Amino acid sequence: MQIKENNVSETLMADVAEEVDARTEPIVNDLTIHVATVNGSGSQSSNNVLMRSIFQMGVPVSGKNMFPSNIAGLPTWFTIRANKHGWIGRKKEVDLMVCMNAQTAREDVEALQPGALCIYDAPLNCKTMRNDVHFFEVPFAKLAADLSEDSKLRKLLTNMVYVGIVAELIGIERDEILAAITKQFKGKQKAVAANVAAIDKGLEWAKANLPRQNKWRVERMNATQGKIIVDGNAAAAIGAMFGGVTVVTWYPITPSSSLCESLIEYMKQHRIDENGKATFAIVQAEDELAAVGMVLGAGWAGARSMTSTAGPGISLMAEFVGLGYFAELPGVIWDIQRVGPSTGLPTRTAQGDINQVAFLSHGDTQHITLIPNSVGECYEFAQQALDLAEEFQTPIFVLSDLDLGMNNWMSDPFEYPTKPIRRGKVLTAEQLTELEGKWGRYADVDGDGIPWRTLPGTDHPFASYFTRGSGHDAMARYSERPADYKATVDRLQKKYETAKLFVPRPVVDTRDGAKIGFIAFGTTHWSLEEARDQLRREKGVETSYFRLRALPFTDELKEFVATHDRVYVVEQNRDGQMADLIRLEVGEDQRKLRKILHYTGLPPDARTITDAVLQMESTIGLAEPLLLVRALPTLGGTAPAVIPTIVPQTGSREVRAAED
Amino acid sequence: MAESTLKIGSGEAIKENKLGLKATDYGGGKSTLCAACGHDAVSNQIIRAFFEMSVKAEKVAKFSGIGCSSKTPAYFLSRSHGFNAVHGRMPAVATGAILANHTLIGIGVSGDGDTASIGLGQFMHLVRRNLPMIYIIENNGVYGLTKGQFSATADEGSKLKTGVINDLPPMDLCALAVELGCGFVARGFAGDPKQMVNILKAAIAHNGLSVIDVISPCVTFNNHEGSTKGYTYSKEHDELLHQIGFVPEYEPIEIDYEPGTARVVEMHDGSKIVLKKLEEDYDPADQVMALQRLHRATANGQMLTGIVHLRPEKKNFMEMLNVVDEPLNTLPLEKTRPPKEALEKIMRDLM
Repeated sequence: MQIKENNVSETLMADVAEEVDARTEPIVNDLTIHVATVNGSGSQSSNNVLMRSIFQMGVPVSGKNMFPSNIAGLPTWFTIRANKHGWIGRKKEVDLMVCMNAQTAREDVEALQPGALCIYDAPLNCKTMRNDVHFFEVPFAKLAADLSEDSKLRKLLTNMVYVGIVAELIGIERDEILAAITKQFKGKQKAVAANVAAIDKGLEWAKANLPRQNKWRVERMNATQGKIIVDGNAAAAIGAMFGGVTVVTWYPITPSSSLCESLIEYMKQHRIDENGKATFAIVQAEDELAAVGMVLGAGWAGARSMTSTAGPGISLMAEFVGLGYFAELPGVIWDIQRVGPSTGLPTRTAQGDINQVAFLSHGDTQHITLIPNSVGECYEFAQQALDLAEEFQTPIFVLSDLDLGMNNWMSDPFEYPTKPIRRGKVLTAEQLTELEGKWGRYADVDGDGIPWRTLPGTDHPFASYFTRGSGHDAMARYSERPADYKATVDRLQKKYETAKLFVPRPVVDTRDGAKIGFIAFGTTHWSLEEARDQLRREKGVETSYFRLRALPFTDELKEFVATHDRVYVVEQNRDGQMADLIRLEVGEDQRKLRKILHYTGLPPDARTITDAVLQMESTIGLAEPLLLVRALPTLGGTAPAVIPTIVPQTGSREVRAAED
Repeated sequence: MAESTLKIGSGEAIKENKLGLKATDYGGGKSTLCAACGHDAVSNQIIRAFFEMSVKAEKVAKFSGIGCSSKTPAYFLSRSHGFNAVHGRMPAVATGAILANHTLIGIGVSGDGDTASIGLGQFMHLVRRNLPMIYIIENNGVYGLTKGQFSATADEGSKLKTGVINDLPPMDLCALAVELGCGFVARGFAGDPKQMVNILKAAIAHNGLSVIDVISPCVTFNNHEGSTKGYTYSKEHDELLHQIGFVPEYEPIEIDYEPGTARVVEMHDGSKIVLKKLEEDYDPADQVMALQRLHRATANGQMLTGIVHLRPEKKNFMEMLNVVDEPLNTLPLEKTRPPKEALEKIMRDLM
């Protein structure tokens, strides 16, 4: 880290700026903008406008909000990455910094790469902090002074001023900003006009007063036409709505709340019938125990039901989910993973609930789990999960995470479902009459482990049965007989086996001659694909990639491990939870597995993965190629490069990557 | 002790109900509870009430939590679906099921452990929501199935068989339900089947949540000298609020009591509940009076029984949610999947 404190004169600043301008070849459509503000200052709108403007210029873009567990006052950061190649995973290096927060200005500046650009609010006096960064001092308070007489509004508009400054500095077109503003404020004339005035103030002031830079530019291209921008939680909500969900229960918890909140909004618009009545019921429960109990009660009675929560909520649902598994009750549970526990880092991302979800509850329980990696898959799996829940009569988990759920992602528009929904094996009164009332709730008549059920309210004297946990025989009569219990849990195992044929298949990209294979799932995908590209371009190493999309594992997994020499499992938790499940699955071949673990609360970045692979690859041939990368303590929300220390360690093959 | 019930109509026991069914058609499996358990007496009155009210058992859904009380749904209405949920969390399951199909007639049976301790939170929120169903607490002051520990409704100073004295104040679930705005709150006694069956019939007619706290003695662990929830003690301390009569909507009301001595409350389905005053003119719609009366009885060491609070006009949860008339679980796909144009509009808005 290069930190130099000296007083850089105004003249020097101008010199540096001139130097930037002097570069002949600008980097076009490949930069990361990092904005540091105070939580609750309304910067979210400004950042969305910035991101959307770039998107509308046809440049692939992603936005990641790194926010504290707080309503107002603590520091928050927003990172926008524009990349012409379409890499939208996180990048650690910041190219253009916007410092608006006195609390973090110093560490934000210290974390910059040499040569980065830094716009800052004049009183922060950032230019004195380093001399290898290009500073742009802006008197925000002065510029915002006559924008509004209302001090609260003025504060919000101050953040819009930086949109104008950034736009002028890197070349974002004013027309696109105006379009983005109109979208952001849903065309409300007064708000649009006030914000446009703020942006123009920034644009004009920057044009007249700031030195020009030519190092990073944004230019119009054509890679986003017809695409949408949406967060994973809203995508899941849209999917659930078109999947025909009717009963939704939830308890507020970050980062899942916006899933059900989006759903409420969409349902109010699209699921009110011609008489003004709702074709759904959404209930904010008293806690997660009640939320999942309602889901299972509704599933039992034949409604398509779901809830969404995060890790602590999953813990609270454990008992009910066990009942749901043994009593065979449908229901969908979204887990928007975050760092644990409740008083942990609730606003930071992780993939740490794999073990918890896969086996949640007491006894021999195992759950069908879907793992989307994109907003498109959130939409798709939301529907598929509802089908699977009713077909398999069991709780179905969908594992998303904060990065996917709460951040904005670019995507192709979602396609209207063409297939009818699948409601599973439900006997009607007519069918019961045909069967002369002879049926068994837990009888495996089809040999797939999935029994038939009836719904309460079915108008037939033999429709009813009594629902309880595992203490029953095939006819749902109370039983504590050893043979009956064993038959029940063995059949549940068979049902789980059957599920292998119905869960989303993995996406496998096998390259000819590749010795290295990757296994990843969920949001790790985005950085991993970029890391594969880095390995290919920089080292000439071609790799294969197996993207897991569900539990139980399907047969392709063993085959993939068998056909590669070394398989790196990349995931966002400390222990390599998925890698350990894979280890159990592949048997002998487990010696081929290595772990790359990223668990800092921030999404992984491609460079970290690439470096970890290269480090482990460099030890091939050693008797014990076992590595652990230790990193320095984390500073704030941004991350400079680290030099890891490599410590040989026996008993594991893994790299633990970290921010520093 | 005064008679707890009003004699209305012929009073003759019917052999066949309006559906052409016999009382035995409303029976269930054989009880595995202790002989003379209060809970079995309650189950018998549930069978009688549903039979006499001519309720189609196939439309009924039974729910319970965990404990002796929660086993009883297996002992009545075997033509109804039943769900033995987890400890204290029957309200959530029942809520989900009623949300899925609000035409179901829900009846939940819980105990004092299941409701007043582990399930207190869910119970309170069920009451707040006014979910249309019947919620019975078979209250004996002890955990029977785990062999006799005190529950949260045990009276202060009451004694276990082992001699242990309860030091903690009891929870009055009727007062709690009144406090939370429940539209139907009653207390019965397993030793007074006539009152019980009338309370149950009134609850079946109620279009909202009915909370019925039944003092139902545990003959094995809480029926001894020093117990305050046993048969003898409860009989001696039963304070009747009023005499109850239930008149179904299809029967003309014939009351031969002097004007001013009885209140008639018309229920949602047109049936009527007749409450004949005993010592005082009690207004069951008055929430403050209900709380006062409950607390006074407790202060006097008495157990107040009767329909303590009755507000049949209260909006139930399904009405608040404004759901369609058809049950949500049977809505066809064209009702639950918006058209293609809806998705296209959503996509345009996100572009």
